[in-house]
Amino acid sequence: MTDTVDLGLPSLRDVPKTRVPQKAGDFKTDQEVRWCPGCGDYAILAAVQGFLPSLGVARENIVFVSGIGCSSRFPYYVQTYGMHSIHGRAPAIATGLSVSRPDLSVWVVTGDGDALSIGGNHLIHALRRNVNLKILLFNNQIYGLTKGQYSPTSEPGKVTKSTPLGSLDYPFNPLSLAIGADATFVARSIDSDRKHLTSVLQAAAAHEGTALVEIYQNCNIFNDGAFDAVKDSSVRDANTLALQDGEPLLTADGKRGVIRDEHGGLRLVDEPNLHDVIRHDATLDDSSYAYSLSRLDSQVTPIGVFRAVERPSYDALMAEQLATATSTAGPDELRKLLHGPNTWTVD
Amino acid sequence: MQRLSRVVIRFAGDSGDGMQLTGDRFTQETAAFGNDLSTLPNFPAEIRAPAGTLPGVSSFQLHFADHDIITPGDHPDVLVAMNPAALKANMGDLEPGATIIVNTDEFTKRALTKVGYTQSPLEDGSLTKYSVHQVPLTSMTTEALTEIRESGELGKKEAERAKNMFALGLLSWLYHRPTEGTLTFLQQKFAHNPVLAAANIKAFEAGWAYGETTEAFEVSYEVAPAPMPSGTYRNITGNTALAYGLITAAQRAELPLFLGAYPITPASDILHELARQKRFGVRTFQAEDEIAAVGAAIGASYGGSLAVTTSSGPGIALKAEAVGLGIMLELPLVICNIQRAGPSTGMPTKTEQADLLQAMFGRNGEAPLPIIAPQSPADCFYAAIDAARIALTYRTPVMLLSDGYLANGAEPWLLPDMTELPDLRVEFAQTPAEGQEFLPYQRDPDTLARPWAIPGTTGLEHRIGGLEKQDGTGNISYDPMNHDHMVRTRAAKVDGVHVDDLEVDDPTGNARVLALGWGSTYGPIAAAVRALREQGHEIARAHLRHLNPFPANLGDVLARYDKVIIPEMNLGQLATLIRAKYLVDVVSYDKVRGLPFPSTELAAVFRGALLDLGVAA
Ligand code: SF4
Repeated sequence: MTDTVDLGLPSLRDVPKTRVPQKAGDFKTDQEVRWCPGCGDYAILAAVQGFLPSLGVARENIVFVSGIGCSSRFPYYVQTYGMHSIHGRAPAIATGLSVSRPDLSVWVVTGDGDALSIGGNHLIHALRRNVNLKILLFNNQIYGLTKGQYSPTSEPGKVTKSTPLGSLDYPFNPLSLAIGADATFVARSIDSDRKHLTSVLQAAAAHEGTALVEIYQNCNIFNDGAFDAVKDSSVRDANTLALQDGEPLLTADGKRGVIRDEHGGLRLVDEPNLHDVIRHDATLDDSSYAYSLSRLDSQVTPIGVFRAVERPSYDALMAEQLATATSTAGPDELRKLLHGPNTWTVD
Repeated sequence: MQRLSRVVIRFAGDSGDGMQLTGDRFTQETAAFGNDLSTLPNFPAEIRAPAGTLPGVSSFQLHFADHDIITPGDHPDVLVAMNPAALKANMGDLEPGATIIVNTDEFTKRALTKVGYTQSPLEDGSLTKYSVHQVPLTSMTTEALTEIRESGELGKKEAERAKNMFALGLLSWLYHRPTEGTLTFLQQKFAHNPVLAAANIKAFEAGWAYGETTEAFEVSYEVAPAPMPSGTYRNITGNTALAYGLITAAQRAELPLFLGAYPITPASDILHELARQKRFGVRTFQAEDEIAAVGAAIGASYGGSLAVTTSSGPGIALKAEAVGLGIMLELPLVICNIQRAGPSTGMPTKTEQADLLQAMFGRNGEAPLPIIAPQSPADCFYAAIDAARIALTYRTPVMLLSDGYLANGAEPWLLPDMTELPDLRVEFAQTPAEGQEFLPYQRDPDTLARPWAIPGTTGLEHRIGGLEKQDGTGNISYDPMNHDHMVRTRAAKVDGVHVDDLEVDDPTGNARVLALGWGSTYGPIAAAVRALREQGHEIARAHLRHLNPFPANLGDVLARYDKVIIPEMNLGQLATLIRAKYLVDVVSYDKVRGLPFPSTELAAVFRGALLDLGVAA
């Protein structure tokens, strides 16, 4: 039993609300989960299943669309509607679904190879259009399903089966790419930090338009420990920069901070004067700030919402055009169309 | 005034000369007059190819008659050549006695040299076989516009550009065409610029007056209206008819229409047309590429829209993997391939029907889909509705194969009775009764279609995808027996699509030769058969609308004839399919010139077949 109510979440404005409160268990399917034991995907699945009830929307109005790769098995394990599609195309398929069904909450689950390599084109175009999609990009910096080739986010020099002498590829920074494509919502979280991941998912769900969430995901089989710098409790505080609106950009251990450099960009410095440390603001219209944040990656890892700005979603704009156009249609419209302005009659 | 039964006119000029517009206007006038007609636009792929060169020539051919006709004609009776390049490029198609109207202003030494004329053909006696009218179209146009030019608001270039309307006016006089339509059209087209509207109208009227008052043309001609079945008609091109067919199908199915498309010649006009028709609830999505276009259509279909993607051969190649997904998901999808000359980029503006085997087999794995081909521009309307019917009823991607000739060609269309348009409504799966399990791949026993269970329906939450499905549940399955079963089931579903029996046109029932075709070869084949019958020969004719599955009676039809000839604008693709399926050694007659078959050529081929059998002398 559902009806449409205003949940105060712009992106879910038209999605029916559930009347019966849901629990994480309601989002589990009868399918056996088939990721490798210890894979980071398990934690993400649990976080998503745990967070979905909080949206309060009807389960049948949620759709997960994925491409190909380990992460793309995700829809099979969530008791909503779902499509496990083909390599790289999930954003395109989800676009067609989302714009034609404003009453659905549409999620895309993808990986670094799926989203940034074979499907790179669809990703950037979904972002620039601001389609009402929530894109969860599981970044494990490796190809897992095809058994361990380097990915477009792998570090240069990486030795894999397809790069025995080390990879020559320079990697993408997914968030820099998204910001460059004028994404309206860009965030990063970590598979093992359930609390943080949940809060980022919530912010993404509320955002009208495309929300890109990069999730650092450990592939313990082919790229174990890729994110130890931000996970290992002995070093993580020195290496992460928690992004919180209005709060100063300081590493968790407080030893390093971000200041403006002389060219208007951002710079990480040791023992900064707190007065100079920039306070985070994800709502800045000018994307150069969020972009500069994403470029700090080589020294520190910002975690949280980089950018969240308002721009009408493609779905809303299309719905508006359609509503205006359909309101002009008369009862005999089809016959008028077929006949056109120039007909003649033969007796 | 002289009465004629039929005339073929070809307007030819530089691609910047407005020949398509001129031809289109003459067509509209002719349609309004009540002649039967058929058109053939022919233009370069370049938007503005270098001026005055052979590759830059654009032409528009129109065949109109006081009787029923089915092709744009093989040889122009009248060639309007706006420059030396247009004359040179089109001379080869003229028969002795044809009329040529040339714009002498453009026959300068430089323009002649550009296309390799060392001497002007107007002066060297090479055109004596023809009736040549030398008309200084450009200067007469600018002269007619002197007054408007004196106002200072019309430049010389703009004035010269109206010469196509002068030519149209002259031809309209010569063939007694009604002019109101063109005058209204020009008013509307240039509504934003009254000076240009006035200039074009003035040029048009000056052309008419030139014909009427000078003695350059001794006679004018009349082609009486054709006796056509009673009803209301309009003129329509294949791409417009296809777009209207899609809208009509969606309206009759009571579903929103979704088009995912990426611009490509010669399919883009369908996107343009549908984008204008949003008032029917049509969503058009110009995607970032061909794959996204079909992907978005699949997403929309999953959500319950009548989803369509339109493209041409190269784009269809890119879509192949996604179409395979559509076949696996068993969702309705209409894929329109407006074929053009290939392979690769090929000749984008030229026609061909060489994507039949791509439609049949161009995907990985056993991935059959129904294939349907319209036979004339207006027939694109009905083919689109039929494609939607099959897609919706059987929950499958369907390939519709049109081509450049049908897409841009036009003919009068007897408008359908709105009450007789088919009902295409289908039911979405409903919330299951308490205690009942929903099986996403449980099939309808008649159609083998699976339920169309759209998101938003309580209790039908399910997951689908490109991995092999377990029968019934739709769960992932690697079971060998299940895979074999599912592959055969998907094939059986397509084989079981209901299509009408093939109708054979064999008036006496005694013919021994059957001319069999598909798609846009309908016109030339039918015209050739008609010509042979007028000479007393017996020959049968049939045209396949459904290429997959074939009509159930096709095998019997083939067996009735001693010889089956299949003309195709490819290297024998239908012939290959028929030989493989029916073990009948059909004769393939194929040409890939980027142009439709001349009907005279086919008549000669068919006559040859009759001779071989000793049934013609
Ligand atoms: S290969 Fe890696 S990413 Fe894939 S399931 Fe196994 S651990 Fe997870």
